[in-house]
Amino acid sequence: MAIEVRVPTILRSYTGGSKIVEGAGDSLSALIDDLDAKHNGIKGRLITPEGGLHRFVNIYVNDEDVRFLGALDAKLSDGDSITILPAVAGGALGFAAAAALLGR
Amino acid sequence: MCLATRGVAKYFGNVNAVLTIDSAIVRAIVAHARRDHPDEACGVVAGPIGSDVPARHIPMDNAARSMTFYEFDSMEHLRVWREMDDNDEEPVVIYHSHTATEAYPSRTDISFAGEPNAHYLLVSTREPDSEEIRSFRILDGVVTEEEVNIVDATVKS
Repeated sequence: MAIEVRVPTILRSYTGGSKIVEGAGDSLSALIDDLDAKHNGIKGRLITPEGGLHRFVNIYVNDEDVRFLGALDAKLSDGDSITILPAVAGGALGFAAAAALLGR
Repeated sequence: MCLATRGVAKYFGNVNAVLTIDSAIVRAIVAHARRDHPDEACGVVAGPIGSDVPARHIPMDNAARSMTFYEFDSMEHLRVWREMDDNDEEPVVIYHSHTATEAYPSRTDISFAGEPNAHYLLVSTREPDSEEIRSFRILDGVVTEEEVNIVDATVKS
């Protein structure tokens, strides 16, 4: 099952510079495991040690934010297109407070 | 301290520590920051990939609507990034305002900075009648300030 994954600049060190890679899996977590097998280390940039989606990235399935599709449990099908974007966020607020506000 | 200087257009590519930006775009960014004050404002200036020329100003919604935090709306973020992709553009500048503190990246700004090729432009609107405008590279948690070279389109060669 082929799923197209669009990789942001900051993660292309894991994909040998490739902007688009292919993966497989029937859920987002299975896809990320598959990507990590081919591009060692990329999982750690997407998933926290606690096993949740990292607060610094947004992941989309086609046109939907995966947070609205069950996050790591989001179901994937052949031909889906995944887009990974680094979240653009910040501000004068302290880091701990910002992380809590994001609730991720 | 404001490092902005006026002069003729100087485009050096990505290797030099300078952001060269059109005065009309700076005015539009400042107007956006003033409009949203006391909330933080945020946005992007897109330019052709590899050019290091900020050409198209895209004000973004601050989904957090906060005086101390900003976050792009995730759907607007996707739409704008796809649009840039389709146009062979990249985010040359990512800007936001600090509304009660200096125009220097906070620890939060540094933690989140995820576009290694972007100039991170900060505008402080804490003074009612003047703005502090500063620009930074943020790479792997390391902040490097750079000169802001504000140019007039009319004098671009």
